[in-house]
Amino acid sequence: MSLLDSSLWEVIKASFSPEIWKDLVAPVGETLYMTVISSIIVLIFGIILGIFLTLTCPDGLLPLKAPYITAGWIINILRSLPQMVMIILMIPVARLIFGKSYGTNACIIAIAASCIPMYARIVESSLLEIGKGKIEAAKSIGSTNFQIITKVILPETLPGLIRGFTVAVITVISMTALAGMFGAGGIGDIAVRFGYQRFQHDRLFACVYILIILVQITQGIGNLISNKILRTRNLV
Amino acid sequence: MSYLEIKNLQKKFIVHGEPLEVLKGIDLDVNQGEIYGIIGFSGAGKSTLARCINRLESSDAGSIMVGGVDILSLDKKALLQERRKIGMVFQNFNLFDSRTVYRNIAYPLEISDFPKDQIKERVLETAKLVGLSDKLDAYPGGLSGGQKQRVGIARALVNKPELLISDEATSALDPQTTIQILDLLKEINRKSGITILMITHELDAIRYSCNRMAVLEEGTIIEQGSVAGIFNNPKSRTGALFARVFEEFQNISLTEGAGI
Ligand SMILES: Nc1ncnc2c1ncn2[C@@H]1O[C@H](COP(=O)(O)OP(=O)(O)OP(=O)(O)O)[C@@H](O)[C@H]1O
Ligand SMILES: [Mg+2]
Repeated sequence: MSLLDSSLWEVIKASFSPEIWKDLVAPVGETLYMTVISSIIVLIFGIILGIFLTLTCPDGLLPLKAPYITAGWIINILRSLPQMVMIILMIPVARLIFGKSYGTNACIIAIAASCIPMYARIVESSLLEIGKGKIEAAKSIGSTNFQIITKVILPETLPGLIRGFTVAVITVISMTALAGMFGAGGIGDIAVRFGYQRFQHDRLFACVYILIILVQITQGIGNLISNKILRTRNLV
Repeated sequence: MSYLEIKNLQKKFIVHGEPLEVLKGIDLDVNQGEIYGIIGFSGAGKSTLARCINRLESSDAGSIMVGGVDILSLDKKALLQERRKIGMVFQNFNLFDSRTVYRNIAYPLEISDFPKDQIKERVLETAKLVGLSDKLDAYPGGLSGGQKQRVGIARALVNKPELLISDEATSALDPQTTIQILDLLKEINRKSGITILMITHELDAIRYSCNRMAVLEEGTIIEQGSVAGIFNNPKSRTGALFARVFEEFQNISLTEGAGI
């Protein structure tokens, strides 16, 4: 059903019909798959990169000028690329790794390349929020740098890291929708193929609902966990 | 016998390209088992001195001996070991909010090679010493300032260090709590014979706890000796100022009946 020949109300009504949602089960699965896998990759590499930045920055625990500046440059370059450009750029990379340049896994590479640098910056700013005094105390007790990171900095900044990760996951979700245009499947694929190319706006609407629900759930879970931690620690 | 021996300690920072001399040749001798006071106005270099002793801050010249160990010559690994023998207490407590009181106190044991099966016993013993046995499951976020500093002291003591550096440990506390914390430090000193370097800008704290003290002014120790001597006959401007401020404070306290 299209907005071109039906009223908005009719399209909205049609967007809740069972046959539309039946066709969405598999795409939702694909979107969830892409989101979960990409988010895990973003989480792991974003944290590692963020720790590297905080460690090597001029007043970090292990100042290393050249590596810090190089990492910063690479991150800034990757972050300055629009998501769509990143997807196109990663086509040859995906071909190299998976032997084909389209499909779900190919898009995960693009999503990771785009979101890791973003989450790394969020991690960096979260980690820098820790009071200098706590690090000082940890040092005065005789902690190694590794102990300071794993036993003090990460646990102390956990609520911020979780909130930042929520933002990253939501970006990943929106990017999976975009990646659908490039053969990644999922909700974005449906939205483009039916909603855009065939003017089936009822299907487009259904896709939008799902995206909204996914984002709401993600944000809700993120808030819930970080608030729970803050309450446990008596910090709110 | 002297436990902490500092000779000609110098430290400068580079601020906006200009050298800023913060410690200009400090000589200090602290005896084993005493509570030694260091007083000075804000910016005198007290914290820098404290931080040089366990090498949180590097120094430019001089020597620091702690219990016969030449601190400035230690390599990285030996330094970490040595820091575990020097407890430090801070004005802002610097507790770990992510850890309960129990786990804050246990932290120094966790990161050293202290036998795992003895951690609990040692933590409980230390918590009892500072009077926190009923707060072990609380998080620092839910404690009062005095309780927080007790955790800070317990965390600094749990390794059984031989030297405790207290950098303005009571400066964020109200007078009544200050007295309680000072009493605690005195009691710990008496029980364990730990040497305490008490750095503060509050003369009361020193008068209450120390026999000997030094006055630090703009990176130089301008006066040192017995607390009574410096009080009654201050030779330096800072000493005199502190003595006068203290006396005025005493008078106010007395007239208001709120003796400290
Ligand atoms: N990391 C640093 N870089 C530059 N200057 C510093 C640094 N740390 C301290 N200083 C300067 O050294 C001087 C002494 O500082 P310090 O913190 O030792 O004083 P303090 O006696 O502890 O004062 P307070 O009572 O306010 O704590 C100050 O002028 C301060 O600005
Ligand atoms: Mg200070």
